[in-house]
Amino acid sequence: MVEGARPVPGASPAPDAAGLGRARATGFLVPAMVLILVFLVVPAAWTIYLGVTNYRLTGLAAAHPEVVGLDNYTRALGDERFRTSLLLTLQFVLGSAVIGQAGLGFAIAFALRDRRGPLRRLVEGFVLLSWILPSSVVAFLWIALLDRDAGTLNALLGIPGTAWLLDHPMLSIIVFNTWRGTAFSMMLYAAALENVPRSHLETARLAGASTWQQLRDVVFPHIRGHVLTNLLLISLWTFNDFAPFLITAGGPEQRSEILPVYVYKVALSGGELGFGAAISFVMLLINLVIALVYLRMLGRRKEAA
Amino acid sequence: MSAITMRELTKVYPGGVRALDALDLEIADGEFFALLGPSGCGKTTLLRTIAGLEVASGGSVRIGERDVTNLPPGRRDVAMVFQDYALFPHMTVRDNIAYPLRIKKVDRRSRAGKAGETADELGLAGLLERRPGQLSGGQQQRVALARAMACHPQVFLLDEPLSNLDARLRLEARTFLKRLQRELGVTTVFVTHDQAEALALADRIAVMEGGRIRQVGTPTEVFRRPANTFVAGFIGSTPMNLIAARVHGEELAVARARLPLPEDARDRVTDGERLVYGVRPEYLDYSASPVDGALTGEVVVVENLGSVSLVSLDVPADDPDAADAPDGGAGPDGDAGPDGGDGPGAGLAAGDTGAGAGRTSVQVVVPEGSEPEPGDTGWVVPRPGRSLLYRDGNLVTAAPPAGVPAPRAGVAARS
Repeated sequence: MVEGARPVPGASPAPDAAGLGRARATGFLVPAMVLILVFLVVPAAWTIYLGVTNYRLTGLAAAHPEVVGLDNYTRALGDERFRTSLLLTLQFVLGSAVIGQAGLGFAIAFALRDRRGPLRRLVEGFVLLSWILPSSVVAFLWIALLDRDAGTLNALLGIPGTAWLLDHPMLSIIVFNTWRGTAFSMMLYAAALENVPRSHLETARLAGASTWQQLRDVVFPHIRGHVLTNLLLISLWTFNDFAPFLITAGGPEQRSEILPVYVYKVALSGGELGFGAAISFVMLLINLVIALVYLRMLGRRKEAA
Repeated sequence: MSAITMRELTKVYPGGVRALDALDLEIADGEFFALLGPSGCGKTTLLRTIAGLEVASGGSVRIGERDVTNLPPGRRDVAMVFQDYALFPHMTVRDNIAYPLRIKKVDRRSRAGKAGETADELGLAGLLERRPGQLSGGQQQRVALARAMACHPQVFLLDEPLSNLDARLRLEARTFLKRLQRELGVTTVFVTHDQAEALALADRIAVMEGGRIRQVGTPTEVFRRPANTFVAGFIGSTPMNLIAARVHGEELAVARARLPLPEDARDRVTDGERLVYGVRPEYLDYSASPVDGALTGEVVVVENLGSVSLVSLDVPADDPDAADAPDGGAGPDGDAGPDGGDGPGAGLAAGDTGAGAGRTSVQVVVPEGSEPEPGDTGWVVPRPGRSLLYRDGNLVTAAPPAGVPAPRAGVAARS
């Protein structure tokens, strides 16, 4: 019997591509783990803990917070102001992210898909500018644009005295956020459209398909994954966006008080840190649900392919 | 009635690249027509201009009786099969085949029926519910063909139809394609860079270079009598031998040998004229012993091609005054045309490239069993009637240029 190189019996050892060994590999991981733990996991757990207390910014409860169980949650769900705020947030996400940013971003990307040269660079430059400017600068610009008496928009339209921020606060912040965030969607879709095979579009054109039919039959099936990823990201970002506070401060009469603004007002202006933490946790759960829905849709797409 | 007629067709891309240069071409009804050329010669642009995917910068395209120059692709009644087949990955085979019918608003039931029928003809019957990703390359190609056939277009356009298949499948698909075209009788234009594919498939071939057509003819014409040294170098799996020559009375001085003048050229050359002598390796006979009227030289390379071998001999260049002709473009086709010097023909034609000054290489096909060894001295005799003479890169010939053949079926294509 020849003693050859027989396979070693038993479970094969875990592949160790870097050749570090378990101990040294752990050494590389620990710093990152510690940072994540200290700055991400602990605050999150702390928020959850605060959510079940009556912790306040000042006063007796600041010194000796008491655990109140789910009182904060029942109070929030019963609170008219919370429910209105949630509704406004959904409007904000749907209007400015899904319809505004994704829709406009795709439209610009599609219109510019075959263009090269100065026009494309100009449009991209302007769209990107709104994305890279600091929020405080942008907020000042928009207040200047929409001001009742000396606003640029009113001057352009020739209707001085229209108080956009007072009469249409939600519309104002939806348009503002669309303007602010379109760049990301535009760039993502521009990259996605590059991946649509030219021959597929041309096959549709040869069959006589209209632009709409080409979009439906060729473009969207190809970029479906990009669309879902884009919607996932911008929905979450918009849901948690605080910039509208800089323009309307949630007013007037809480008519543009989206959830991040509401939490800020309750927790920091109102001092009810425990209640604010509870609402933050609710927001976290909603974000999780949004993410899960999109990820499920993405997963289904992969199975179908 | 679906002949294709192109007149002065020009395409200039932004940036000034002239892809098609005032090109005239007629393709007869029912013909299987190949556009052949090296990459960048404009053959794909020409196909896409017929399809309407490129807008012509000048000139006209007519399909049958209609001037389609300014029609969008969807209204030209043509179907195209792309090199990558362009099957929609999210649709089943059935939906893919029925797609053009769906765009034409044919109702669901009859388009499903039509798709099934077409799939049957192409042997795709069991695959209708599959997705393109689940098919082999050959099946994908047939689905693409079925989609093109389903709406009965006047013209089929095929862009490199066989290049995405592996070698074995390619031969099978080639036979299949030729038979299908013959059965359908639809005018078909295909683009290829593979001369063997063009020769095997096409009724007629247009060889293109630099946005122009260098020769149009049947595979036999293009193979046997290339109209210029470019075509001579491009057609044939082994390129034609092109050797500097000089007329010497009734004979031709080629590589220090005396060969008879080709029949065709007898009255069209003057004594002492410098020309290029062309003969295909397949039309040369090798001999190991001295023969009259033969080129002779040393065997340098023997390449086994299966049933035959390709033997390269170093023969001395022509008489000294021919050998010291200006270098570089010196080649026999030095001033053949605007592009002389960069086509495959040019490199081969240049008598004194490669083998060093005063020598030139001749290739000959030798049947199995009689292959020489490198280092042997050999003699090669051109077969009568198979050698050609080129003056300034163009064939010296009596034959008139070939016209457009009559349509295979139906009324004459020319109006």
